Amino acid sequence: MTKIHVSTTINGDAHEFLCAPDETLLDVLRNRLGLTGAKEGCGTGDCGACSVTVNGRLVCSCLVLGAEAEGAEIATIEGMADGDDLHPLQRHFIDGAALQCGVCTPGILVAAKALLEKNPDPTDEELRYWLAGNLCRCTGYDKIIRAVQAAAAEMRGA
Amino acid sequence: MRYLAATTAAEAAAALAAETGLTRVLAGGTDVLVQLRSGLVEPELVVDIKKIPGMREITAEAGGFRIGAAVSGAEIGEHEALCALWPGVTEGVQLIGSTQVQGRCTMTGNLCNASPAGDAVPSLVAANAVARIAGPQGERDCPVAEIPSGPGKTTLKKGEIISSIFLPARPGRASDAYLRFIPRTEMDIAVASAAVSLELDSGGTVKTARIALGAVAPTVIAVDAAAALLVGTRLDDGTLAKMAQACEAVCKPIDDKRGTVAFRTKTAGTLARRAALIAYARAGGSR
Repeated sequence: MTKIHVSTTINGDAHEFLCAPDETLLDVLRNRLGLTGAKEGCGTGDCGACSVTVNGRLVCSCLVLGAEAEGAEIATIEGMADGDDLHPLQRHFIDGAALQCGVCTPGILVAAKALLEKNPDPTDEELRYWLAGNLCRCTGYDKIIRAVQAAAAEMRGA
Repeated sequence: MRYLAATTAAEAAAALAAETGLTRVLAGGTDVLVQLRSGLVEPELVVDIKKIPGMREITAEAGGFRIGAAVSGAEIGEHEALCALWPGVTEGVQLIGSTQVQGRCTMTGNLCNASPAGDAVPSLVAANAVARIAGPQGERDCPVAEIPSGPGKTTLKKGEIISSIFLPARPGRASDAYLRFIPRTEMDIAVASAAVSLELDSGGTVKTARIALGAVAPTVIAVDAAAALLVGTRLDDGTLAKMAQACEAVCKPIDDKRGTVAFRTKTAGTLARRAALIAYARAGGSR
């Protein structure tokens, strides 16, 4: 298969890569660019472990072709912390032990950040619906909800 | 597999028409990429239509709205005027998948995937929505109801793509509603579903009605006989009961672990009754 040349922006940095026409953005991120934060859970858009944003829109990177990234702005979990300073969501996930195995965590952090940018003060119900496409088989979700709410309160300055 | 990001509808249509092997049209990819991964389809050519002008736009037209084929569910949900005019259509679209899927999935893709359980389709059929089709012979318009021909099958000819869907203008006292049954609260496929679109006169009597049912036949079906029963009424209980019976009478669902024939049939009628009441209240009617 002829490879496709793609120019894109990831976490604010310009990137170029070659990918096969049927290669997903998730595989490009993980296997070609070394950005292994996004995880492959199901590979069919059900679990949300591969969540990233493309042009500000939350998506499953397993359901995006690498070729579609041409000219796009992509944000992944790797761009969430500012150097050594963790994002409030990351800090509250650690402080609140909102993870166990951690496979779902990058996707949930990216998804929660996208929600708080849209709605800084969500109800628990809004938050649970927003995260319905992020499956976690360890925590039972309660600690995740509490950690996101704690981060949201801190980010609002409450 | 080759990937083509077409820049005009004519280019997309020509490429799809010229390819002798299997082809797929890529908009949101939430069905196509799942098919690719499963290995069930191995297309020779995938044509991405998102770079074609207009495909990602919602434009006001003749009092209604034209929705480009690559507009995502999330974008539809954020369009206040569209949601106000056709709330049943927009609530159906927004029931597809998760937040992440909403970021990519499209109404046109849901239509062309041709699942009898597609959540966007019953409301589009009830709305008398019209698909604009670009093909090797140019453009044509086709009622949305005539697009699906069976599970996974459409009436689109080789090389044809839907470029947009038009939702017409409607009078002041008109509205619609969509309901589906799923055994959980989110992230599931309809076991049965119903959409109802109503126009009322100034006194609150139903002037015109359209009803469409999902997941109870090989395609989404319009139930004109049931809709006709609503005309001239204010949705009294007796009328609604007869309407639900008329809906049940046309159901020919599959029987599987998610719902028996009897359950899907009864649920479709019940959902039609409830959706009619929601559409009626939204249109400003009071019983």
